[in-house]
Amino acid sequence: MYYDMIMAGFGGQGIQIISQLVAVAAINKGYEVTYLPSYGVEKRGGRTNVFVVISDEEIGSPITNHPYSLIVMDQIAYDTYIHILRPDGLLVANESLIDTTTHRRNDIVSCCLFCNEEAVKLGNPKLANMIALGALLKNSNVLTVDDIKKVIEQVIPERLAHTIPANMQAIRHGYELA
Amino acid sequence: MRVLTKGNIALAEGAIQAGCRYYFGYPITPQNDIPEYLAKHLPRVGGTFIPAESEIASINMILGASAAGARAMTSSSGPGISLMQEGFSYLAGSELPAVIVNIMRIGPGLGGIAPTQGDYNQAVHGGGHGDYHNIVLAPASCQEMFDLTIKAFELADKYRNPAMILADAMVGQFQEPCRLTPKEPVVIPEKPWALTGAMGRPAQLIKSLFLGPGEMEIHNLDLKKKYDTMEQNEVMYETRHLDDADIMIIAFGTPSRIAKTAIQFLRQEGVRAGLLRPITLFPFPSKAIHEYSQRIKKILVVEMNTGQMLRDVQLACHNGTRVYFYGRPGGGIPYPDDIMAQVKKLL
Repeated sequence: MYYDMIMAGFGGQGIQIISQLVAVAAINKGYEVTYLPSYGVEKRGGRTNVFVVISDEEIGSPITNHPYSLIVMDQIAYDTYIHILRPDGLLVANESLIDTTTHRRNDIVSCCLFCNEEAVKLGNPKLANMIALGALLKNSNVLTVDDIKKVIEQVIPERLAHTIPANMQAIRHGYELA
Repeated sequence: MRVLTKGNIALAEGAIQAGCRYYFGYPITPQNDIPEYLAKHLPRVGGTFIPAESEIASINMILGASAAGARAMTSSSGPGISLMQEGFSYLAGSELPAVIVNIMRIGPGLGGIAPTQGDYNQAVHGGGHGDYHNIVLAPASCQEMFDLTIKAFELADKYRNPAMILADAMVGQFQEPCRLTPKEPVVIPEKPWALTGAMGRPAQLIKSLFLGPGEMEIHNLDLKKKYDTMEQNEVMYETRHLDDADIMIIAFGTPSRIAKTAIQFLRQEGVRAGLLRPITLFPFPSKAIHEYSQRIKKILVVEMNTGQMLRDVQLACHNGTRVYFYGRPGGGIPYPDDIMAQVKKLL
């Protein structure tokens, strides 16, 4: 088994937290994982993108230029990475902030959700990332919602532990919408 | 139990578990996770963390702590490591153990913070003045950031010589599942040479100044014997698919990881490529490369610089072996496809 993904957006959208949930859930299932975040000099703001590779064998390269899936949360992320998504690859796009007509791909599986609006419906706009994560889980067959549930307490910082039920609800909501 | 751990954090935790109780350093990206972690966790084990006023102060504080018999470490990058070079030379000349971490940044000058390997020559072929070598270890995974840091302390004490961890920023910044316990129990050797106060014993002296006629020649030859012993006993490298290889890729750090994926894809296409990954850059696996080069007539050196380890590979190779180079300096990172394309050009 080998599966790689790029998750991208701007700082504050929670790209790193959903990537970490995926990475830790995969480790918990016994897989090898590499998690490569972008890093910069900014303390907050700026671009953020993460490469995650999951495999049942030793992983060589932690970077990939034709990923199996792409989770993009804003237009710049979409325009940057849509070209390199593997044919038949999975696109999860946050349509609230992305116009996918800028670059049309007919050879991929597209899952476009209005993540921001859906998060507001759930009562917290910060849950948009979890909606996208739910859509990824539905379409990728690598991890389940239950796999995420098992590790979410390890990944969400203790001071935010009270948000875990809302986060799980948003993941399930994204899963059902996708 | 394996925990998703950032390379720099694995290294810092490795230092604590190796018995390092003194850290002196000055901040610089992309290694800031190391002092941040140690500032928080060294006090937990009774250690001392000092944010020094400069890198020059850091390395000389290391010299003092080491002379007193402690396991001590500093970490930095690019310009900070350059500032420390006088101290490296004094440590080697005074035969003092120390661990110095260089999470490389792009140079020359202030450069940039993307992954690169431009400091190979500085680390492996000196940097400081005089006839000396650093022991240089090149981790390529988060687990090795932990394990090789413990190894660096062990080798530094064993040979009373500075040991450097030389890693690119991808190895420092990415995360992998890690076992954060030592493979073998850590044993810190007795240090009868240390300056611990001369109560009940004759006074001791640690120095690198030898002005008597012939003294310094004897000292240099003694150091040389030590470096020869390291070359005999401490070389570490990893090989992959070399038994039937038509072409051998030689790479360390991040390029070695990317090369592994390239080799996997090449083999699926019927191309018999293999890998030799130096883990110790000094002592360099010259003998192994020489032996493999007697049979494998094409070698591709891949580095994230303009060709530094390349020269050591060329020196190690058997006559008649062709050595090619693919380099990405200045923060460029090769994709597996790029390495595959280079290999295919050579077939």
